[in-house]
Amino acid sequence: MQDTTKSATNKNLIPGATGDWEIIVGLEVHAQVASKSKLFSGSSTAFGAEPNSHVSLVDAAMPGMLPVINAECVAQAVRTGLGLKAGINLKSVFDRKNYFYPDLPQGYQISQYKQPIVGEGEVEIDADGETITVGIERLHLEQDAGKSIHDQHPEYSYVDLNRSGVALMEIVSKPDLRSAKQAQAYVTKLRTILRYLGTCDGDMDKGNLRADVNVSVRKPGEPFGTRCEIKNVNSIRFIGQAVDVEARRQIDILEDGGTISQETRLFDPGRGETRSMRSKEEAHDYRYFPDPDLLPLEFTQAYVDELAQHLPELPDEKRARFMKSYGLSPYDASVLVAERENADFFEAVAKGRDGKAAANWVINELFGRLNKEGRDIADSPVSAGQLGAIVDLIAGGTISGKIAKELFEIVWTEGGYPADIVELRGMKQVTDTGAIEKAIDEIIAANPDKAEQAKLKPNLLGWFVGQVMKSSGGKANPAAVNEILRKKLGI
Amino acid sequence: MQVDEATVRRIARLARIKITDSEAQSLQKELSGILDWVKQLDEVDTKSVEPMTRVVAQDLERRPDEVTDGEIAATVVANAPVTEDNFFVVPKVVE
Repeated sequence: MQDTTKSATNKNLIPGATGDWEIIVGLEVHAQVASKSKLFSGSSTAFGAEPNSHVSLVDAAMPGMLPVINAECVAQAVRTGLGLKAGINLKSVFDRKNYFYPDLPQGYQISQYKQPIVGEGEVEIDADGETITVGIERLHLEQDAGKSIHDQHPEYSYVDLNRSGVALMEIVSKPDLRSAKQAQAYVTKLRTILRYLGTCDGDMDKGNLRADVNVSVRKPGEPFGTRCEIKNVNSIRFIGQAVDVEARRQIDILEDGGTISQETRLFDPGRGETRSMRSKEEAHDYRYFPDPDLLPLEFTQAYVDELAQHLPELPDEKRARFMKSYGLSPYDASVLVAERENADFFEAVAKGRDGKAAANWVINELFGRLNKEGRDIADSPVSAGQLGAIVDLIAGGTISGKIAKELFEIVWTEGGYPADIVELRGMKQVTDTGAIEKAIDEIIAANPDKAEQAKLKPNLLGWFVGQVMKSSGGKANPAAVNEILRKKLGI
Repeated sequence: MQVDEATVRRIARLARIKITDSEAQSLQKELSGILDWVKQLDEVDTKSVEPMTRVVAQDLERRPDEVTDGEIAATVVANAPVTEDNFFVVPKVVE
């Protein structure tokens, strides 16, 4: 395979001793389907249960047990396919992928091989200052395996099958990514889409979203090099690090005259390196064949259309709407739509108000403060109603921007109705020109030399503005102060 | 179709079945015979025939997304040679 179109515009080449190299990345993301019960059994998918409690005799692969598919998992896969603008296959087939491991009691994983439920699609990402379309190769449904714990005993591994049989969507990208940043942006975007759709909670800490990262390198314009697959990387930060260290490792080998052998590797974040996971002599031979326990999965176009009708507004559409309806910059709109809850909060604040002002307060003040305290929008001490009221008070000229920040602080720590707080604590902006003139006159009278200088050095105006604001306790309307000062000082 | 002995050993290994040298030789003959017998089907032209997936007209059975099973940890591990706190305990496997 040769792809020269993308390298022509690639600004992400990395230098080596023999010239520039291009990184090629493709990802297989495993996303746990949001469902109450497992793909082929009625046991619970809830996280953190006692060992082997969410396990039925189907999940434990007891003889004679038969799989029955969960209709909701099918719907979730179709919704995800639609969200990825992908072709939905009205007929797909479940296959057995055979291998032996203690946390795989069946001795095979039920997966989809030649006929997956979802075909080609695409995801748009913003990275490295440009918008890139990343191709989706396919999405298929499969079972998760159980969990082996190796650190409980020196000679034994402990096996818990709670995850065994939980539905996963494996989402395979095309090798369209050209840097660690792009790989990170892709997973971030994919996670956002899944969360909007409600088809996967995207919780990477719990392993509900994890990625196998395929990395190869080549000289620009040359055919793809041999790739290595880095298994089960479970954070966006590590995905970036894994791409960078693996690319560097491959470049070093190639520049020393070596060759890359296709293999599965593991990223060790502690050491900042990847290492070989499986020896090559035991090359994998999964011997896929159609699972005789399951008929092909078939549904109608009407079923797909029905699901499509109920899809929520997706992040790209929402971003475009925010820019159009509220006049937001692409950057602000992107920040707001990254999480659906944030976008909803913003819209509640922006409704019937100036969108830009609302965005400014939500992003800079509220998100800034939430981040600082490591809190979520869900437990924000300031509600959308309260923040909206603050924005109204500024827009109506009742308080200045500076006082508004103090007001925000009070609402954050003490709560209450912003308008009442302003009234009770005398925070109203002074727009009464008589009062402002009086304060200005006093300051000019107290500083005759500075007033004289200001005629020659107009930037002294700032000092006067500061003095007036200080004497008014920040409540004087800054525009009015500026205007009157200029008149009085003759600037 | 001839299956060689190396292939027989590989298949046995993938299936985790231990076979002796003499078994490998007899299995080689048996498997070759089975494949030859099945190969007769190649004589039929199936280009325009859909692969058969069911004998009776039936769709894939689906169930609603409800928790109806599980919570039987003691039963699940009852046959395991070694357990601890309802974990299966197996010889150490680390990759």
